[in-house]
Amino acid sequence: MKRRDFIEKTAASTAMLGLGLSLSSFKTVEVTKITILHTNDVHSHIDPFPADDPRNANMGGVARRASLIEKIRKEDTNVLLLDAGDIFQGTPYFNYYGGELEFKLMSMMQYDASTIGNHDFDNGIEGLYAQMPHAKFEFLSANYDFKNTMMDGLVKPYKVFNKNGIKVGVFGIGIELDGLVDKKMYKETVYNNPVETAQEMVRILKKEQKCDLVVCLSHLGYNYKNEPNKICDLKLAALTEDIDLIIGGHTHTFLDKPTIVKNISGNDVLVNQVGCYGINLGRIDFYFDSNKRKASEGKSIVV
Amino acid sequence: MVNLKKYNDVFKLFVIFLTFFFFLSCSNKVVHLTKIEGKQIPITEKENQVAEIENFIKPFREHINKDLDSVLSYCPITLDKMAKNSQTTIGNLMADVTLKRGNIVFKTRENKTIDICLLNHGGIRAILPKGNVTTRTAFEIMPFENTMVVIALKGEQILEMVDYFIREKQPHPLAGLTFTIDKNKLPKNILVQGKTVEKDEVYYVGTNDYLANGGDSMNFFKKGTATYDLNYKLRNILIDYFKETDTIRSTQDNRITVE
Repeated sequence: MKRRDFIEKTAASTAMLGLGLSLSSFKTVEVTKITILHTNDVHSHIDPFPADDPRNANMGGVARRASLIEKIRKEDTNVLLLDAGDIFQGTPYFNYYGGELEFKLMSMMQYDASTIGNHDFDNGIEGLYAQMPHAKFEFLSANYDFKNTMMDGLVKPYKVFNKNGIKVGVFGIGIELDGLVDKKMYKETVYNNPVETAQEMVRILKKEQKCDLVVCLSHLGYNYKNEPNKICDLKLAALTEDIDLIIGGHTHTFLDKPTIVKNISGNDVLVNQVGCYGINLGRIDFYFDSNKRKASEGKSIVV
Repeated sequence: MVNLKKYNDVFKLFVIFLTFFFFLSCSNKVVHLTKIEGKQIPITEKENQVAEIENFIKPFREHINKDLDSVLSYCPITLDKMAKNSQTTIGNLMADVTLKRGNIVFKTRENKTIDICLLNHGGIRAILPKGNVTTRTAFEIMPFENTMVVIALKGEQILEMVDYFIREKQPHPLAGLTFTIDKNKLPKNILVQGKTVEKDEVYYVGTNDYLANGGDSMNFFKKGTATYDLNYKLRNILIDYFKETDTIRSTQDNRITVE
C-alpha cells in the first residue's frame, strides 16, 4: 500500500512538475508589447487640409486619425495615446469654440494624457480652465506650478499607467512662458527648471513607483541651433537619466525617424516629434521580455 | 479512509505545484526591455473616417463655414504683397485701416491720437483677391491672434524707424509717416501726418504686440516711453472694417519715395 502510494505520488509530482515547467517555460518567453501613440502641435486642425493646400494637401483630419487609432487598438491591447501640447489655436474651430471641440474629440479618441503647450494659454488661463470639463484625459505638467491659479488641482505632475503588468510612468514638461506668452494670459503660473524637475520625476517614477518605462511629454522644443544655451528635448535627454522616451512638441519638427541620444549614464533615450497639425501619428513599440538571458543581450532599437 | 488519504496527497502536491508556480510568476515580474521600434504613420486620404467622429464635427463645421463665408464687402482689384519702393497694395490698406480703427479705441480711452501705424510684412499671410470679401478672407490674411498696441515714441526713435526701413529694405506696412530716400541712401523730408518730425516730440505709433515686444528686430519700439494695449485683435480690426465698407478702396500713394 505504501509503495503504491509512493508511485502515485511520484507520478503525480512528475506530471505536476512537468506542467509547472512547461507553464514556466511558456512564461519566460512571454513578450509584452507596449504601444505608445502620439501627436503634438495639432493646433485645432480638426478637418484634413484641402486638396489645393500647397504643403499638406489632403493630409490629417481627426476622423481619419481616429480610424487609424481604432485599427491599432484592435491589433494591440497595451496602447497609450499621448499628446505633447499646443492643442489649441490655428483654425477657426478654436476662435469660435475656444477649444471645446478639440478636447471633446481627444476624449472620444480616448487620449490618455497630454501636456500643456504655450498656445494652450491663448485664451488665458481662464480659457483653458473653461474647457477642462470637456477633457476626459489627464493633463500632466511637472514644471508648471499652478498653485496660485484657477488650474490648481487640475494638472498632475505625472501618472503611472499599468498595462498588462508593465508600469508606464508619464510626466509632462512645459516651455518657459516668460517672453513667449503674455503674463496676463498665464497669470501666476510658475515655471520651474525642466532638468531638475525631470530628475525628480524620474526618481519618483523609477525608484519609488518602480516603473518599467518612463516617458516624458515635453513642449520644450526639439533643438535650438541658434540658441545653444536654451533647454530643448535633445539637451533634456542628455542631461538626465532613466527616461526611455521623450515625446516632444513646440518646434513643429518633422523627423525622418526618432533620434537616439545618450543620457548621462550612457544609456539610450529616444526623442521623437511628429511635425504638427495632426498630419502624422507617432508610434513607438516597447517589447518587454521576462527571459533574463535575452535581457542580458541588451536592447535593440529599430527606427 | 484510504481515499481520503489519497485526496490529501494530491492536495498537498497541488499546493507544492501552486507554490512553485507562484514562485515562477513572481520571478516573472522582473521584465526587461529588449526591443524598441519607432515609426511615423502619415494620416492620408487612404485612411477611413470614423463616422461617429465625423458626424460629431459636422454641425460645428457647418456653423463656422456659414459664418465665415457670409459676404461682408467687395474688393474691385486684387491687393497683393508685391513690393514697390518698400510698399505693397495690401500693406497700405492694412496700415491705413489699423490706424483708423485703432484711433476709435485710442481716442475714447486715452483722449489721444495715433500718428503712425507700422506693421510687419511677414504678418500678412495672404493676399486680398478681387471679388467678394468674407470673414474667411480676414482669417486667411491674419490667422494669428496678435492684438494692437500703441507705443509713445520720441522723434529720435521715428528717425531710427526710417533708418530701419532703409537698412532692412522690407515692405512693412506703414501709414502716417512719409519720407524720401536720396541717391546716397540717406533720408530726407521725414514727415509725420504731413509735419516735419521733431526729435523731442512724442508720437503715438500703432503696431502689433509681436513688433512691440521686439519682433523683426524693430528695437526702436523698446525705447517707448509708454505702451497702451488696445486689446483689439488685428483680425477683428479687419473684419470690422469689412463690415462697415461696401467697396474696398486702397490708397496707393508714395509714402516712401526713392530718388
